[in-house]
Amino acid sequence: MTNANPTIRLRGLSKSFGDKKVLDGIDLDVATGTSMVVIGGSGSGKSVLIKCILGLIEPDEGVIEIDGIDVLKAPREQRMELRSRIGMLFQNGALFDSLTVWENVAFGLLAQKKCTRSEARERAAGVLAQVGLAASVGDLSPAELSGGMQKRVGLARAIAAQPEILFFDEPTTGLDPIMGAVIDGLIVDCVKRMGSTAIAITHDMASAVRIGDRAAMLFKGRIVWEGLASALLDSGNEMVDQFTHGRREGPIQMELRK
Amino acid sequence: MTAALDFVAWLGRFVLAACTACGRLALFCVSGLSHIVRPPFYGRMFLRAIIDIGYTSLPVVALTATFTGMVLALQSSTGLSRFSADSAVASLVVLSVTRELGPVIASLMVAGRVGASIAAEIGTMRVTDQIDALSTLSTNPMKYLVAPRLLAGLIALPLLVLIADILGVMGGFIIATVKLNFNTQTYLRNTLDFIQTDDVVSGLVKAAVFGVLITLMGCYQGYNSKGGAQGVGQATTSAVVAASVLILAFDYVLTEMFFAR
Repeated sequence: MTNANPTIRLRGLSKSFGDKKVLDGIDLDVATGTSMVVIGGSGSGKSVLIKCILGLIEPDEGVIEIDGIDVLKAPREQRMELRSRIGMLFQNGALFDSLTVWENVAFGLLAQKKCTRSEARERAAGVLAQVGLAASVGDLSPAELSGGMQKRVGLARAIAAQPEILFFDEPTTGLDPIMGAVIDGLIVDCVKRMGSTAIAITHDMASAVRIGDRAAMLFKGRIVWEGLASALLDSGNEMVDQFTHGRREGPIQMELRK
Repeated sequence: MTAALDFVAWLGRFVLAACTACGRLALFCVSGLSHIVRPPFYGRMFLRAIIDIGYTSLPVVALTATFTGMVLALQSSTGLSRFSADSAVASLVVLSVTRELGPVIASLMVAGRVGASIAAEIGTMRVTDQIDALSTLSTNPMKYLVAPRLLAGLIALPLLVLIADILGVMGGFIIATVKLNFNTQTYLRNTLDFIQTDDVVSGLVKAAVFGVLITLMGCYQGYNSKGGAQGVGQATTSAVVAASVLILAFDYVLTEMFFAR
């Protein structure tokens, strides 16, 4: 579970909402330049895990280190600086409705004052091309795009500022298998080209194997298995096998929500 | 005995919840207002907000103010004629419109129109992760979404109320001279003789406070909405109801401050 030089290091990460413990002592390392896929059922805490690392949710306990910096103890300026090195693709794209596509893509560049508005527009066109979209798409509003195109624009926005760390929240949810494979391919290309460190959460097994170098399974707020993503479908772990093969019988039982 | 203890426990929980809600709203307000004066500033968002709040509300505010002035002239003439005090119609219209009806009616109309729209827009951004996306793109959502709207409300409402005052007085003037056969020059002289700078200024100060209240409630309810479309709907309703009640409550407080002797 321990890597030599992890970019992201989690120790004892816990988070509860009321009586429900969503994360229960998570230990996880993600080595520099590798992709970690976190799998798990709905409500297993995957999204909360990513939001804790991003600083969108404050964990109750534990340590989050990015490049050796304890994020939770870092001063606000340092946290903002760390955040500027992170890109995120949200499950539903989370594109800003009131802005055009190119303004969405260039939002982070303009927010960080990395370039002028006209330069940002040019760079947005370049990034859109990287995800297979024509520059003319830049003038459309997000509502005019299909689900697959919205995911591509979300990916373009996430990589526009060349982040060192990328997060992907259910990148293929709601897409047909072919579009899912296209998005996965774009993610792998982007991550490899930029040499970024990535964490993706998904319950799409084909996507997990395509995107990840390593994988971990989250169940009831705990990491129950970690290994190579290529070994996911033949892990030897009963829980992982049940989950990856979609079997009803096994150690994971559906619980009625109280 | 158990029932009494249950009641005390319920009362305690209710008071704690009310205090928590007030505290959260106060902190949200302070945070939003403080971002108005701290860079970076989002000029485009401010311009968009001032157009949404001010320019697009102009027709509805103009219509309601004009009709309010017309009704006021008609009703006051009917009432005052019983005491042979018809000459007081002009002063009653101008004082009522500038001190009370202009600010309150314009603000209530804007609360229904703009408060709901702000809550719906920010609420939708919340439930579709757009607010989280802002944070990941090095942008403070309070600074980007809330501060420009608060500033726009603070500036746009007094301008709207100034127009509402003029149109309300004009509505009264039209009814008084056309329908009630008042002498035009006498009516105008009575209007100008009775109005004082304080009357107009107090109405504009009220409008500025109401503008902040409307945008604050829209932003607060939207920002804290949960649970998809239903949550956004609830946030929208809460924003309009809370803003309307606060407008009337603050109207009393401000009137007491300005005019109580």
